[in-house]
Amino acid sequence: MHTILPQDIVKQAESIADYARREALDFYPTVFEILNSEQMSQVAAYCGFPQRYPHWRFGMEYERLRKQHKYGLGRIYEMVINNNPCYAYLLSDNMPVDHKTVIAHVYAHGDFFKNNIWFSRTNRKMIDEMANHATRIRRYVERYGMDEVEQRLDTFLSLENLIDPHSAFMRREGNSVSTEEKKRRADDEVTRYPAKGYMDRYINPPSRIASDRAAAQAEVAKEKHRFPEKPVRDVLLFLLQNAPLEDWESDLLSLIREEAYYFAPQGQTKIMNEGWASYWHSTIMTNYVLRDDELIDYCEHHAGTLATSPGQLNPYKLGIELLRDIERRWNTGRYGPKYDACDDMAVRREWGKDKAPKGRVVGRGSPGREKIFEVRALYNDVTFLDEFLTPEFVDDQKLYHYRLDPATGKMVVVNRDFDKIKQQLLFMLTNHAQPYIYVMDGNYRNRGELYLTHRHTGADIEIKYAVETLKRLQKVWKRPIHLSARIDDEPILFSFDGEQSTQQHIDDGMEMPAHQF
Amino acid sequence: MVLQIDKDHQRFRRIVKGKIREDLRKFLTRSELLGREGRKYISIPIRGIEIPHFRYGDNNDSGVGRGDGNAGDAVSGEGGVGPGGDQEGQHVLEVEVGLDELAEILGEELKLPRILPKGKHRITAERDRYSGVRQSGPESLRHFKRTFRRALRRQIMSGLYNPDAPRIIFERRDKMYRSWKTILNPQSNAVIIYMMDVSGSMGDEQKELVRLEAFWIDAWLRKNYHGIESRYIVHDVRAGEVDRETFFRIREDGGTRISSAFRLAKELIAHHYAPSEWNIYLFHFSDGDNSSESDSRECCALMREHLLPLLNLFGYCQVASAYGSGNFINVVHEHLSGIDAVLTSRVNTKDDIYDSIKTFFSAGR
Repeated sequence: MHTILPQDIVKQAESIADYARREALDFYPTVFEILNSEQMSQVAAYCGFPQRYPHWRFGMEYERLRKQHKYGLGRIYEMVINNNPCYAYLLSDNMPVDHKTVIAHVYAHGDFFKNNIWFSRTNRKMIDEMANHATRIRRYVERYGMDEVEQRLDTFLSLENLIDPHSAFMRREGNSVSTEEKKRRADDEVTRYPAKGYMDRYINPPSRIASDRAAAQAEVAKEKHRFPEKPVRDVLLFLLQNAPLEDWESDLLSLIREEAYYFAPQGQTKIMNEGWASYWHSTIMTNYVLRDDELIDYCEHHAGTLATSPGQLNPYKLGIELLRDIERRWNTGRYGPKYDACDDMAVRREWGKDKAPKGRVVGRGSPGREKIFEVRALYNDVTFLDEFLTPEFVDDQKLYHYRLDPATGKMVVVNRDFDKIKQQLLFMLTNHAQPYIYVMDGNYRNRGELYLTHRHTGADIEIKYAVETLKRLQKVWKRPIHLSARIDDEPILFSFDGEQSTQQHIDDGMEMPAHQF
Repeated sequence: MVLQIDKDHQRFRRIVKGKIREDLRKFLTRSELLGREGRKYISIPIRGIEIPHFRYGDNNDSGVGRGDGNAGDAVSGEGGVGPGGDQEGQHVLEVEVGLDELAEILGEELKLPRILPKGKHRITAERDRYSGVRQSGPESLRHFKRTFRRALRRQIMSGLYNPDAPRIIFERRDKMYRSWKTILNPQSNAVIIYMMDVSGSMGDEQKELVRLEAFWIDAWLRKNYHGIESRYIVHDVRAGEVDRETFFRIREDGGTRISSAFRLAKELIAHHYAPSEWNIYLFHFSDGDNSSESDSRECCALMREHLLPLLNLFGYCQVASAYGSGNFINVVHEHLSGIDAVLTSRVNTKDDIYDSIKTFFSAGR
């Protein structure tokens, strides 16, 4: 869907790009396209890509977006794709000032994509890759029929969140140590207490050495039968390598996995990414671009983007405020051991005031600005909040912790306790709010059954969905599937053997999987 | 421009329809539908369409918010993250479906044949549309602009036109007139006459059943005919015509004389609906507790001699009631058996509506 961009927008984009570069933003070349709302809904349903494989879920999303736009419930101002060149879409019925804001916003996203470390392993030719995926899947549709392919896609998509976003940064273990080698090592490692020669056979009696050695050997022997060797978080990879799949099915699964890994960093850096883009559209618009007659509209839309409703956190708002707070703190020297040790609130509040230029600290070259550039390169949402959320910030932003009051069934404010709020925020962001699922045993009970475990980090998984997902997983693994999870503090084993779904309490009588937490 | 996503969207709609079909029996009994008869679209919650993932439950009953408020204050405003209270309901997708789409699904699922409108009675609406021009016609239809243009052109060509003193004079051959085409609109007209017993024994529960049944009858017939009319008759000992609102709300006491309604229906048809032009459907809802045996017999006689020759279908639907004998259905069976246009069904609970609809329309009348 190629559209010709109006000349005035091209010119504005160029001049805004200049301002952005002047502010040291560093982004890929960016291609803007202008779309009407129908087209925007399509592109948004496809997550910004012009070409995706055929699947009804995109149609569902499209209908939702179109309806939302029709009833005025929401409007997609902008979309931008992490790609080189970066692609961004403008909505045709937006006002010129909106276009400018969006363009500035987009360049900052582009800078983030290019420089944040979590994006460093993503495919920068993803538009082509997605189109290739679409072609490959269409070919399978021609060969095996839509129903067959769709059924596989539905199954695999159900598992798409079972990846390990960190795995891109882990060094693969080389060839794993052979069992023989391990046996030899086990021999060496048997504990020998230091002793003088004549005392040795009393301090390290041969009988104990022998029994220790036997135990170590047994351990190694047991390990030999462990499959996988360690708990595996990248369940999709495990399935790819071990599940009985036809070649074309593996191919489908592998490209769903590839897309999941491509999108993962966006889930990991939502707050930072949007905060960064908002910070820069605000800075560029107010410092360079905004005309007097556009001020009101700009303010209204900027405020709309950053608006929070009670009980909800807006990632744009949280992100921009935290970035500004970091900038301010580093400009006034409010960091480091000396500052941290100071517990006089009055002193803290005045800290570094003399260092700060008058008014809000902005500007190139200031230590604050340099700090946030560093932050945008190295952090993700979890580490960002973990490191930079301060009690003062929580207080300033009027954050609170709420909880369901069982008596009234309503959400009530519990308190404004910093530790609690931080803990809650981090919990909400960890693993971008997906449960941790590990493969614990690929040969459970020596019957080729798959045993997964949900590592409980504070919240239970939803039973209804878990049961359905297990059914789909069973279609892939083709042998019975088990999932152990803690529900209401009780360990429960969910199983599906292809016909029957069962749930049982885990007790000592049950065989344990190869690994346990 | 055909968007690439249209295919995915169509596929999604097909899946939705499939889901509705699966749950049709349950769906037929949803009383939320009532009162939406007038609308073209209704939104339907579809369960189990989304792709399941391992995910956290909604017992994540805490979060972080932003704003004013002291400890213990309720978090105001909708849209807070948190449980909705009911077990399900939260992630249910609402899909808009057209009423005729719904009727089509109903038809497909119940394997209802298309209704064949009375062939020779198909009436044709004639309508004139002015869609062209011609060179003769009454002065009242003269097309001034075209006439003027032709005259102007002729004068310029023949060199008579003087721009300084423009004077255009029509001649006969300049004149153009509007012309019309007669469009024949084939139309099959149908009328449904609903009759309901509102005697003391018909309670709210019974009326609810009647409403649901009527809703689906209406939906299916509307799918098959353009321009459908509905008339409503209520009766206890006497019958009267009422509007739709009243039909479903009214509550009377007293006895029952079904023949009164039949008589009124007969009059109504005689006055308004010539059977040669109309497909007439007559439905009667009752708990089957007629006042006297003789009246029941009279009903059947009336039906056989006067009404049935005019009708496409007479459907008698007997709802279960706590009171009364419910004998009327037996009388109907006895006296009117073997006549194709007479169909009966019993609806004791909402679940019977599915079969009842099937009984009424599987003959395709």
